[in-house]
Formats: sequence, structure tokens, C-alpha cells
Amino acid sequence: MLKSREQLQALRETLLKAINAEKQRIIVCAGAGCVSKGALKIYKKFGEIMSEKKVNFSLELQKEPHSDGVRLKESGCHGFCEAGPLVRIEPQGWLYVKVKEEDCEEIVEKTVIGGKCVDRLAYSENGVIYREQKEVPFYKSQTRIVLSNCDKIDASSIEEYVALGGYTALEKALFDMTADEIVKEITDSGLRGRGGGGFPAGKKWSQVAAQKCAEKFVVCNGDEGDPGAFMDRSVMEDDPHRMIEGMIIAGIACGASQGYIYVRAEYPKAVARLNLAIKQATELGVMGDDILGSGKSFHLHINKGAGAFVCGEGSALTASIEGKRGMPRTKPPRTVEHGLFDKPTVLNNVETFANVSLIINEGAAKFKAVGTENSSGTKTFALTGNIKNAGLIEVPMGTTLRKVIFDIGGGMRDGKKFKAVQIGGPSGGCLTEEHLDLPLDFDSLKKVGAIIGSGGLVVMDEHTCMVEVARFFMNFTQHESCGKCVPCREGTKRMLAILNRIVEGRGEDGDIEMLEELGKFISDMSLCGLGKTAAGPVLSTIKYFKDEYKAHIYDKHCPANACQKLKTIKIDPELCKGCSKCARHCPVLAISGEIKKTFAIDQSKCIKCGTCLDACPFGAIKESWNG
Amino acid sequence: MQDTIDYSVLDAAIEEFGAKESSLIAVLQRAQEVYRYLPAEIFPYLSAKLGISEAKIYGVATFYENFSLEKKGKYVIKVCDGTACHVRHSVPILEALRKELGLSAEKKTTDDGMFTVETVSCLGACSSAPAVMVNDEIYPTMNPDKAIALVISLQGVKNA
Amino acid sequence: MDKKFMTIDGKTVEINGERNILEVARKAGIDIPAFCYDPELSVYGACRMCVFENERGAIDASCSAQPRDGMVIKTNTPKLRKYRKTVLELLLSNHCRDCTVCPKNNKCKLQEFALRYNLSDVRFPNDYNDASKDTSSYSIVRDSKKCILCGKCVRTCNEIQNVGAIDYGFRSSKMKIVTAFDGEIANSPCVGCGQCAAVCPVGAITVKDDSEKVWNALSDPNTEVSVQVAPAVRVALGKEFGLKEGEPLMGKLVFALKALGFDKVYDTSLGADITIFEEAAEFADRLANGGVMPMFTSCCPAWIKHAEHKHPELLNNISTCRSPMQMFASVIKHEYKGDKKHVHVAVMPCTAKKFEAKRDEFTAKDGSKTVDYVLSTQEIIAMIKTAGINFAEAENCPPDNPFEEFTGGGVIFGVTGGVTEAVLRFVSKDKSDKALKEIAYTGVRGLKGVKEATVKIAGKDVRIAVVSGLANADALIEKIEKGEVKYDFIEVMACPTGCINGGGQPRAELKDRILRADGLYKADEAEVKRASDENVLVKEMLSKMDKHLKHELLHTTYIKR
Repeated sequence: MLKSREQLQALRETLLKAINAEKQRIIVCAGAGCVSKGALKIYKKFGEIMSEKKVNFSLELQKEPHSDGVRLKESGCHGFCEAGPLVRIEPQGWLYVKVKEEDCEEIVEKTVIGGKCVDRLAYSENGVIYREQKEVPFYKSQTRIVLSNCDKIDASSIEEYVALGGYTALEKALFDMTADEIVKEITDSGLRGRGGGGFPAGKKWSQVAAQKCAEKFVVCNGDEGDPGAFMDRSVMEDDPHRMIEGMIIAGIACGASQGYIYVRAEYPKAVARLNLAIKQATELGVMGDDILGSGKSFHLHINKGAGAFVCGEGSALTASIEGKRGMPRTKPPRTVEHGLFDKPTVLNNVETFANVSLIINEGAAKFKAVGTENSSGTKTFALTGNIKNAGLIEVPMGTTLRKVIFDIGGGMRDGKKFKAVQIGGPSGGCLTEEHLDLPLDFDSLKKVGAIIGSGGLVVMDEHTCMVEVARFFMNFTQHESCGKCVPCREGTKRMLAILNRIVEGRGEDGDIEMLEELGKFISDMSLCGLGKTAAGPVLSTIKYFKDEYKAHIYDKHCPANACQKLKTIKIDPELCKGCSKCARHCPVLAISGEIKKTFAIDQSKCIKCGTCLDACPFGAIKESWNG
Repeated sequence: MQDTIDYSVLDAAIEEFGAKESSLIAVLQRAQEVYRYLPAEIFPYLSAKLGISEAKIYGVATFYENFSLEKKGKYVIKVCDGTACHVRHSVPILEALRKELGLSAEKKTTDDGMFTVETVSCLGACSSAPAVMVNDEIYPTMNPDKAIALVISLQGVKNA
Repeated sequence: MDKKFMTIDGKTVEINGERNILEVARKAGIDIPAFCYDPELSVYGACRMCVFENERGAIDASCSAQPRDGMVIKTNTPKLRKYRKTVLELLLSNHCRDCTVCPKNNKCKLQEFALRYNLSDVRFPNDYNDASKDTSSYSIVRDSKKCILCGKCVRTCNEIQNVGAIDYGFRSSKMKIVTAFDGEIANSPCVGCGQCAAVCPVGAITVKDDSEKVWNALSDPNTEVSVQVAPAVRVALGKEFGLKEGEPLMGKLVFALKALGFDKVYDTSLGADITIFEEAAEFADRLANGGVMPMFTSCCPAWIKHAEHKHPELLNNISTCRSPMQMFASVIKHEYKGDKKHVHVAVMPCTAKKFEAKRDEFTAKDGSKTVDYVLSTQEIIAMIKTAGINFAEAENCPPDNPFEEFTGGGVIFGVTGGVTEAVLRFVSKDKSDKALKEIAYTGVRGLKGVKEATVKIAGKDVRIAVVSGLANADALIEKIEKGEVKYDFIEVMACPTGCINGGGQPRAELKDRILRADGLYKADEAEVKRASDENVLVKEMLSKMDKHLKHELLHTTYIKR
């Protein structure tokens, strides 16, 4: 166990030497996306082939003696999930995309042994081949700071984190700064909470620091429950020490010696990585009692979520850590005064804590240089939906939506037309074409009725029905409502019932007005932040896509050709051979006709289940949304 | 059939997390892992050990999605219905799985105790949408046919 | 210190340490509506009826918002009225609206607010969950079709009583109030105190109604029906009959009971006098002969069941004395000499008494229960109204022979500290007004949840604790078990402030309870004899009983649950 700053610095130097000694590195992305596409098999294959070919390689960082061979390693998510499995070659920086097991031999032959790039595996777009990762358009417009380690280090190794400058911020916080100075630095940086409303982190810290209470807590919200968001997951899995370092610094600054990380149970790998990281940090001496001989202590505990979206709300989260139902409580008292176990508590999310070491290391001024005046730094986004380059990105605050979707995201998938993007998940709203040049920052988004939320960006094309999207989110929110307050429990239930009717073709005059009325009611009257934002997706889709609602209600027509209950299924008399197979398969006996003559569907009986479509051997049955 | 309850599992968990109210969720998670559901017998046991009323434990168990008061299958198939999966047609996958296994929204576990089919709000594998998770493993870019093939291959594992 | 003021609906109101804006407003006579708020419970903030608008038009709930100097708010704006109506509509769309046949008809907050906000239409389909009632308990009936999830019952059961029979279960629109495994309440640790029914603003938890059985007995010419009336009942009738809250009305009640057809009407205060004789003797014996100490009182059946569930280790510490109701009933049944079938009814402030009456221990020689039926104050009020008796104009009648005599010591059993005070009067040789006043000032009076006193009895310092509310009792027991405090005699009443606030009484806010307590002390002072040992009738009765008979009629045993 390290007992002083000097010992840590000496270790860092040794480790860095070891890394610099490596001749070449094959970095296989082991993020969730690449793993699900076979990355682990590729990693294994590389090992086998290099053993076979007697290449001098190692799987772990070789401290003493240094290895000048090839290093094969798994890293965290590279972000470019769409093009996975990804393999990067360093120091050249070449990126290979959509790598298959069969490609490994060629890579070893040509790249490892021959030192040449396998161009057919490099990313290409419009006939241009981009060998180096940093040249690939997906990466070129990004500023990867918080995620900088994710695609570099082996997250299960604290040594790699330390080698690349890890825990230097902790050193500064422990030995070069007072608690007040740390809080001031965070305040000056303008860092705002990355999890929801964007509350200034420095303000929160200073409020907790000001509390005269012997016991205080630091809590990290890793309950990333928004459907369509996985940024925090990546940080927890791929660079856990960055977040932990931020938490320890928060503890020192605010006078808390105990911390809790609340992680979704759906992220078992994150839980395992964090557990390992805590163990390593404690063993190394950068956490626990008397950190690096400073006399300061900090201990971390992990709580696994048990499946409740509402636990992303602060008071619900602390209730859950306390072993209770995750039901938000009224405020005041605020979490900074009476938080976890009724004690003053700093509660920030994963990405917020991950920014801390950066600010302490580089200084508030440098941090503030990125981003906008009131939203400093970068923001990670999970880019998903009907977009070409789905993946995990990081851009300066204030980057326009257009840049994110078209430059980084590569535009729409399958040449479809951009329609809208849902930001902030079920608490957010949709942005449309008119917002493409809107800078993505806290205040600009708030102005148009959306929130940055945790940073999920779900891109939708012309075939996405906005009424159905609103219904989907309302279904989610209703299901996840804790059930405590009347507006959220009963109000979302009524809104969902109306939306269900509309997408099923049973909308009535007055439905839109009732949705708006209930939406405003729920926003104004709900107990907690989740309730207050629950109607966001409905209100914003009504605002920007009222015509779609009207078409569903008054014309029983879904303009996006998406709502199943609004289609008609017809038999093309030209193609029908009168085999009767469709009639025999129809579960509601809606099809009739004479053998060897044309069959027909009784539209009043048809339930649009589509069984006949699959049954017809001649492709004579077709769906249509045009009445 | 479940055999008598092995309370040593709970004792070990209580030992690990501490005999206090705040350990309840962690202890229930352990019980869920081991028994694959929360047997009724453990409620009075935990109530006495942790000093929490049985009604309160029941309240916690029914609040969180991950706890089941009915026994779950050996393979728990979670069909992701997160936003990204939803817009890439996850519902037909769910329907196909339910049809194949004779399950429904109410009946979630097969009679032989092999499969439980449920939905999950988001697996965080949006780039691989639509995704399905079986126990802890994620299967990317699924469709109804692939899902059924997966079930058949899992059944094969059982028979082998 | 400078005074602080805020402006509510144009009215300037001083802020004086109130815990929230709602309390400030109510102090100023502005009745902000609320379902889930109760000054004695933690703030829940769920119903959202108590909202207010600040100067910027932002809305917040007054139950949780802090009053600040200079604050200007409104509680009755078009927006707030509209939103409150929407809350009511949403609750009503999920509520069984069979109001005319609901036990809470005309006493229901939801009904009251619907009327107050002139609600003429519910714009959503009525789709309440048609679950069946839980009638398993002898004390209460749960009807989830009526529940509005305000959580008062759960908070009462947990915070005030520490019983934990019910809690919040499930979530979102499936949320409901549950026992463990959503089973019957009778199989839970419920003690039947009925405090949940008392706080329930709607008809979701109500007192079990046994009046039909009593009507049947009353109309049977071959049955003689006797009735005893507990002390606390007499001070809880006034408001219901257009008289003053807390006014002692035993005389009128005797008249009304006779009018209903009860053959004999007795006052449980006599039972309380018997209890004092026995309990004082038992305490003196334990004190002198090194018995199990401290000794807990045993009058309250909810406390007894609670101890049987939660404190089996203390069962030997609880006095073996039956409750006054049971002692008296045993004597009444034992002494009955008539030819007719004899049914004995007890009118009680209490719902737990309904359970107590069914206990195996309390069986008369003829195999019947010593108390055949227990009626709560609420039920007897309803019966008097059914019969069309003009209660307010009724004349005062004394109780019947042969059990007509009782003392003030028995009467004060209905309020916290009363049992203890009666014991102290009993052991005091000096029965002068001055001596009784001194006893009253030892610290046993007052509506606080935990009271302490030390008195000299037979030259020894006796340490006394008086608790009401089972959470207070549990906290005290924990302290005793940790050795932090030491007592000789502990009076426990399950309901906060004692039987005047029993679960079977008409609902009493704190201010009503003060009036009821005052009423009981007034009734006590009106008696010539105020110490139980002055009750000649009881003295003679007991002197004729041998040890065996006393044991059979006046004492009991407890079981671990």
C-alpha cells in the first residue's frame, strides 16, 4: 500500500515507462456493442494466431522487465458501435471496422508483422478510405475528454489508469489545495450536473461543505434508466477510476468520508468493474483510511438498483440505498441538508464526477474554455435510432444538433428523411428540423421545452409515428411512476389511455385538448421531478406534430405508416389465386371467398394481425395506410 | 420442485451487508439470485433478522421490477423494449417468443420452469437494437426468427 | 426577536414556528383542503390538494413548503381551483362511487371536497379495481375500492403505533395499501386499534359494524340484553347530536339505551373500580414480594395483542388483571339470575375490544362470550339515530341496579394517565380535595405521549411511566431493555391520548381530544366518591369472592403470537 504522494509518483513513472516500451498495441473494443457482435472471440483469435506465429506479445502491462513486444488488450467502448467489432492499432492509430474472426490472421500478418495497414478493414465513406481513427468523420467532430480513456485503457487495471495520469488530481486535492479551494475550483469551472436539470455542481458542494455535521455522504447516481442512454454505463465499465477519483475528491472537499455508488442492476459488468476498482484503489492506498498518508479517509460502497426508473430521482435514490421503496419525498429538506440517512449529501451523477479530475488537473479556466458561457465542458450523448452511425459520442456543450446528427452520426439510415430527435428520454421532448441549428446546451434546450437529461438522443425518420413515440414514453412513465402522488399516478394513466385510443383509431374530438390540459396539470402539480417532466414527450409532440395527432383522430390515418391498427389489409384480386389459405389462417374469420376465385377481407372484422400476409403463398395480400 | 429453504444463504447475506434496514434490498437481491424468486417463507425470517415489518418487505419486493414473488425460469429472456429497440421493432420478437413458448403478458414462465419471458425498459445495448438478454448475455440485432432459433438452441442445451 | 409575517390571500399572518405554510394558513382561518396531511404524521405530499400559488405563479404544496418572512401567496386562484378539481376528478375516476351505501357517507373528505369545489362531472371513465372487501378482522373492514392512497393509515400504523401491519405495495397505478403478501389483515400483526380507520378520510377503512346483531338481540322477547358503557364514550357524543364536543353525556346516553330497548344499562366505570382494587393489590404484591417488575397495565386490548406479537418476553410483566370491560362483564354474567337468555353488550370507544371479546380466555360458564357484542361509539350513535331518539333533549338517567355505583376514579380511565391517577387515589389514605389535587399534579395528567412521575407509596419511591401510542410504548420498552431508564409501574394505552381518541370514537382532532379529556375530569369532579376504594358496592362484592373465583372472573393469561 502506498503511503505517500512520492510513492504514487514513482509508481506512475515506472508504469509509464512500461507502456512506452510497448512496440505496438492491438486494442480490441470490448464495449457492449462490439462484444455482442463477437469482439471477445476476435480477441481470443488474435492471441491464438500470434502464439502460432510466435509473435512476441503479452496480454498485460509488463512492469519489470519491460516488454518491447506487441500488447494485445481489450479496452472499453470506442463509441463507434455501429461499425463494430472495432480493432485499433497503436501507435499508428489505425482503426479497423466490422472485423471478423477470419480477418485476424491478415491483421497479424500484414499489420503486426508487416507493419502495413489493411485498407479493406479501414472505414470508408463515399469512396474515401480513412485509415486513422482521428480522421474518421465520426470521431473528427468530437472532443473526447471524459471518454478519453475508455478506448485506451484496460479498465480492469488500475495501473493503466495511474500510468496515464490517474489520481494526479487526487494528489493535488490532498496535498496542494484546501477544501475551500477545491470547491472554488469546481464552482469556477461552471460544471453543471450532467444527470438532469444542470444544477451547478460547485454550488451543491459548497452547500454540503457548509453543513456542520460530523457525518456526510457522497453519492453517485449511476441509475441510468432512460431508455436510449448508455453514457454512464460506458464510464462505469470502461474508466471506473475516473469517476471514483472524482468522488474521493468530492469527499475531501465536502468533509465526507463515506460514499455510495448506486448502479442499475441491469449493468452487471459495471457493478463488477466498480467492485474491482474499489478493491484496487483501496489496496493501492488511494482510497480507504489515511489516503497516501494524508490523514484523510474515504470509503465507497456499491448499491445495486433493483429495477425502478424513479430511483434516478435524488430522494428516491437515497431511499433505495436506505433499503426502502424508491418513492420521492417532498422538499424541503433538500438533499444537501438532509440526504442519505438524513445526513448532508453530495449527489451527482457519473459523468459529473468523471469531470472532476479534469477540472482539478487542468484548472477551471481551461475547462471553461470548452463549451458555452453557461454550459462549460463537454457532454456525452448516446446516439441511437434511425441513424447511420449509432454510438457513444462526446462533444463540446453548444455543438449543434445538425453537427451531431449529420457530421458525427453520418445522417439518416437507409437514406430516409430526418424527422425528429428525442432528447432527454421520457423526461425530455422532441426536437425537429427547425431545431437542427440549436446548440445543445442546458439553457438553449430549456428554451424549446426539452432538457439535456442524461443525454440520450434517439433519432427518428419519416416512418416513425410521433403519436406512437409519445404513447411509448407515456407507457414507460406510467409503468415507472412510483404511484405516490395523484397527478403522476392517475394523470399519466389517463393520458396513456387516451394515447392508446388514438393510435388504435379510436381517438375522439377533444382528445388533444385533454392531453394538453392533463399534461400541464401533471407538470405543475406533481411531487417530484420525474412527474413534473412526465408529460414532456406528449406536450412537445403535440406542439410540433399536431397534424399527426389530428390525422389519427379525425381521419383514422397514420401519416408515418406505422400504427398497426390504422392500416388496411387488402387482397390484390390480380394476384389472388383463390387457394383459401388466408381464410383458413384468419383468426377472426374475416376472409371469405370461393375456391379458385378471388378472396376478400371484411374490413369490419379484420383485427390487422397480419397472419394472412404471412400465410399467402402468392404475395397477394398487402398492407396500406391510405384508407 | 423447490426443496426447503436454505436459510444459510440469507444468513450469509445478512452477515455481509449487516443486520440493518438498509441491507434489505441487497439481501433480497441475493435471495432472488439464489432461489430465482422470493419465497414467502423468507419474509418472517428477514422481518425478525432485520427488524422490518413483513408488510414493508412485501412493499419493497413489489416496488422493484427485479424481484419476483413467483419462481422464474432457468433462462430468463428479457426482450428490450427501450426506445431504440422499440423503433427497430422489438414487439414482434416478444410476441414470437411468447407464442413459441405458450406464454403471455400474465403467464411469464413456462410450466417446465425452463423459460421466463419478460420485457426490460432498456438494456443499454441500443446500438445493437433490437436486443434480447438471456440471463446475463446480450444477443444483438434480433428478429422473431432468430429469437425462436435461440430458444430452440437453449432447449437443445437442456436435452443434451 | 423580530416577528415574521407572510401574506396569504391578502391577509397578513404571523409566522410562529409552524412547520409548514398549511399550518400557518389554517391558523389564520384559511382552510386549505388536504387529504394526506395530518399534523401528527410525517409529511407525505401525495394528494396535491393543498397547493398554493406564489407571486410568480409557481405552484407548490403548502404541506411541505416552508413559510418565509415577507412571502406572498394565494390559495384560491382560478388555476388552483381548476387543478384541485382535476385531482378530485382523477381520484373519483378510480373510486367506487356508491356513496349512499358507504359507511362514510356524509363523513367522507372526498365527498366533502367534491361538493366544496362544485364538481358536476367526472370526465374520465370510472374504472376502479373491483376488489372484494377484507372483512377478516373483528375490528375493521378494509375496502380498497374506496382507497385514495393518501397513506395516512400506513403512517399511523407505522409511525404512531409501530405495528407495521400495513404498508405501501406495488407501484404506479397498481399501487395499493397491503399487508404482507396482500393477505387478510386478521393474519397480520394488526392490533385492531382502529387508528387507521380513524384517520382514513374516505370509506377505505371503517369500523366493523356489529349493530345488526345487537338489533336482533334487542328485538327478541326471550333475550335479556344488558349493556355496559365505557367512560370515554360519554364525552364523544356531543358533536354528533348537536351538543358540545367533550360534554359528558352519560345520563342522556343511559336514557337513549333504555329507549333502544336495553334491559339493563351499566357504567364500565364500575368495572374500572374493580380493576383498581385488583391491580393495586397485584402491584403491591409484586412490589412487596419481589415479583416481576416493572408491571405494565392490562386495560388496553390493543396493547395486549401488540405485546403478544412484539414483546413476548414481557408477558409476565403485564398485570394479570382483565380489562375493566371484561371484569365487569364476567361479574355481570356470573351474577345473572334471570330465566331468559342473557346477552351482554359493551359500548366502547375502541375497536380492539371487538377482538378482545372474541378471545378464548373470556368465556362465561354457559359457554357464551362474557361480552357477546362490542359496539363502538360510532355504532351506538348510528343506532340512536336509526331509532329516531331525540338525544339532545333526552333526560338524564342513572345506571341500573344492581351495579349502579361507581367512582370518579373509574371515570378517568378514559384518558391517558387516568388508570395511574386512579391507582394513586386508591393507595392514598387522604381522600381530601387537596390530596386529590396533589395527585393530579404529579405529572400523570396531560395529553403528552410519554409522562413520568415518582411517588411515595408505603415509604418507597415508586417510578411511574404513562405512555399512549404504541410507538411511544416500544421506544420506552427499548430504553428499559437497554437499561437506560427504570420504572416500577407503566400504564400503556395504544391510542394516542387514550380511549377518548379510540378507534371507535367519532374522529377527534387534537383540539377535540383536549375537550374530551376536560369532559372526563369534569365528570370525575361531579362524583362525590372519587377513589375506587370508596366504592362500597365493589368492596362488598370482592369481599364475598374467594381467591379461586377472583381468579376465574377477574384475571387472565396471555399467549405468544
